[in-house]
Amino acid sequence: MEKDAAGVPPGGSGTPLLAVDNLHVEFRLRDRTVRAVNGVTYSLAEGETLAILGESGSGKSVSAQAIMGILDSPPGFITEGTIRYRGEDMLGMEEEQRRKLRGRRISMVFQDALSSLNPVFRVGDQIGEMFRVHLGMSKKDSLVKAAELMDRVRIPSAKDRIRDYPHQFSGGMRQRVMIAMALALEPDIVIADEPTTALDVTVQAQIMRLLKDLQNEMSMGLILITHDLGVVADVADRIEVMYAGRVVEEADVEDIYAHPAHPYTEGLLLSIPRIDQKGQALRTIPGTPPNLANIPSGCTFHPRCHRARAICAVEEPALETVSMSRQSRCHFWPEVLDATQ
Amino acid sequence: MTEPFNPPPSDPQTEHDPPRAGGVGGAVTVGMAPDATLLTDASTAPGQTAEQQTSLTKEAWRDLRRNPLFIVAAAVVTLMILVAAFPRLFAGEEPGGATCPLGQSRLPPRAGHIFGNDLQGCDVYAKVIYGARPSIVIGIVVTIVTLFIGIVLGSISGFYGGWVDTILSRFTDVAFGFPFIVGAIVILTAFPQRSVWTVVIVLSALGWAGLVRIMRSSVFSAKSMDYVQAARALGATNSRIIIRHILPNAVTPVIVLATIGVGAIIGSEATLTFLGVGLQAPANSWGLSISQAQRYFIDSPHMLLFPALFLSTTVLAFIVLGDAVRDAFDPKLR
Repeated sequence: MEKDAAGVPPGGSGTPLLAVDNLHVEFRLRDRTVRAVNGVTYSLAEGETLAILGESGSGKSVSAQAIMGILDSPPGFITEGTIRYRGEDMLGMEEEQRRKLRGRRISMVFQDALSSLNPVFRVGDQIGEMFRVHLGMSKKDSLVKAAELMDRVRIPSAKDRIRDYPHQFSGGMRQRVMIAMALALEPDIVIADEPTTALDVTVQAQIMRLLKDLQNEMSMGLILITHDLGVVADVADRIEVMYAGRVVEEADVEDIYAHPAHPYTEGLLLSIPRIDQKGQALRTIPGTPPNLANIPSGCTFHPRCHRARAICAVEEPALETVSMSRQSRCHFWPEVLDATQ
Repeated sequence: MTEPFNPPPSDPQTEHDPPRAGGVGGAVTVGMAPDATLLTDASTAPGQTAEQQTSLTKEAWRDLRRNPLFIVAAAVVTLMILVAAFPRLFAGEEPGGATCPLGQSRLPPRAGHIFGNDLQGCDVYAKVIYGARPSIVIGIVVTIVTLFIGIVLGSISGFYGGWVDTILSRFTDVAFGFPFIVGAIVILTAFPQRSVWTVVIVLSALGWAGLVRIMRSSVFSAKSMDYVQAARALGATNSRIIIRHILPNAVTPVIVLATIGVGAIIGSEATLTFLGVGLQAPANSWGLSISQAQRYFIDSPHMLLFPALFLSTTVLAFIVLGDAVRDAFDPKLR
């Protein structure tokens, strides 16, 4: 599975694999406009794992769809910002050019493998479709490749199972099939949208390990979208915490777990159940995530923040630099950092 | 930072696959080839919609084979298709000319002519057998043509949405609102010479709208499935998404509806012919025989009864067949 060198766009080693800058996405519904992503910025280097962490509705999946170019439009629109793959502007590309990147250079693993696999086709055909669509391979050759891949994602007796249908696989095996499809052409970037959410806890660990191993083998950039802090701690290099369509904190994984610099991250970390606090009530962040059609004034997190002051309701904090590789969108980040030292 | 969450090396053997179906107690019918391992009892995994979808075809087939109504209807339909294809096997020479001695005009059923003779002295049995072909051909060809139109327009409308859908849907609404019989009479009277194909064209032109509507909504719901988005994210082209991922998952309802419609189309042909705007003599069809026989019904009822019996049996068989297929494929009725 060599990469076709001609297909890789130019870009020096200094150019990040993927650079998202000030991305804004909104959904124009009949009676209102929902601003799902508001100025998300990040970059991804080769071999790096970036975790995007956030509650449901924080805009993490939508930003991934925008990068893949599979946003349902209408109603979804990218209103501002740029997405660059190896320095090349993806939003300005012809649709056909983007389609060729999808699956080949930038790929995606979906949350629910059962509903993401077509129920009426054998899995071998579905994995093989990658080779047929992108490399124009014959059906027979593509099935051989599919069996190799299924072996590679450690599905036992792969040769026989290429003839099975998705419903004949267990949840974990199905997710392996999904991963095999996404990684078939050794893409540069894989976006995994909550890849383990639909799985049992024990299987979750195996799937994450598999993804991580394959990432190392192929030195891909991995964007891991999740709400599971446990998963993130194990595999991510960097973390972006999203809230109401904004990045509220960005940091290396060690820093964020040791000393969060935003009250939301602080709250998330405190609400992880801990074995040494048995018998005590679980800590939670009060309130619910904001309605994106009606985002609070000032700092979007202030209605739920235990450190909120008057200014928080009025002025939205900028994403301020805390240190070399970390940023926080809080007026009082030094205070948060101090409290968690 | 140490890893608080260090998974064991992946060991796929620890993941439990559902038993390869076939071994599930009583879930699988007998007499299937090894390929029957594909069959899974949906009840072993409640709530797994895709599983139900995949095995739906097979389960439907299993249900159908146990349904006596289906067996009888399928047998009648098969017989009628054979009659239409090889009338010579059932009735010998085609009636007409020398085989119709005028001296035997309107003679009642008797040995050698079990259905009697018609006005021209032709054997009614032979006429009924040879009259099956236009009815069956019209029923099947019109169904295929309307199914094709329905699938193509419905898919385009449902997949692309937006202004394409708006235009196609309004167009469909107009066609749908056209009263069927009146429309057919108006168009058919405009043709001085009418053959089987004229009737096929007119019935097709008036019959596709309902199928487009069903197909459109079916594609709409298939389009929003995750596997369609997944296919798009992995770089499939639009045509590939429609043909491979949407169509196979959206086509069942229209096929079922079209099956039910075959009987109605055969009935429409007979109706139009009876009204004098369908097939014309010297052609031979059930509708035509009924039309010619009506004036002599009191004196020679056999001339009308036998074609009418064949017509109603065939229409009924197609409708029962369609109903049985619909019931077998509708998850809500199981």
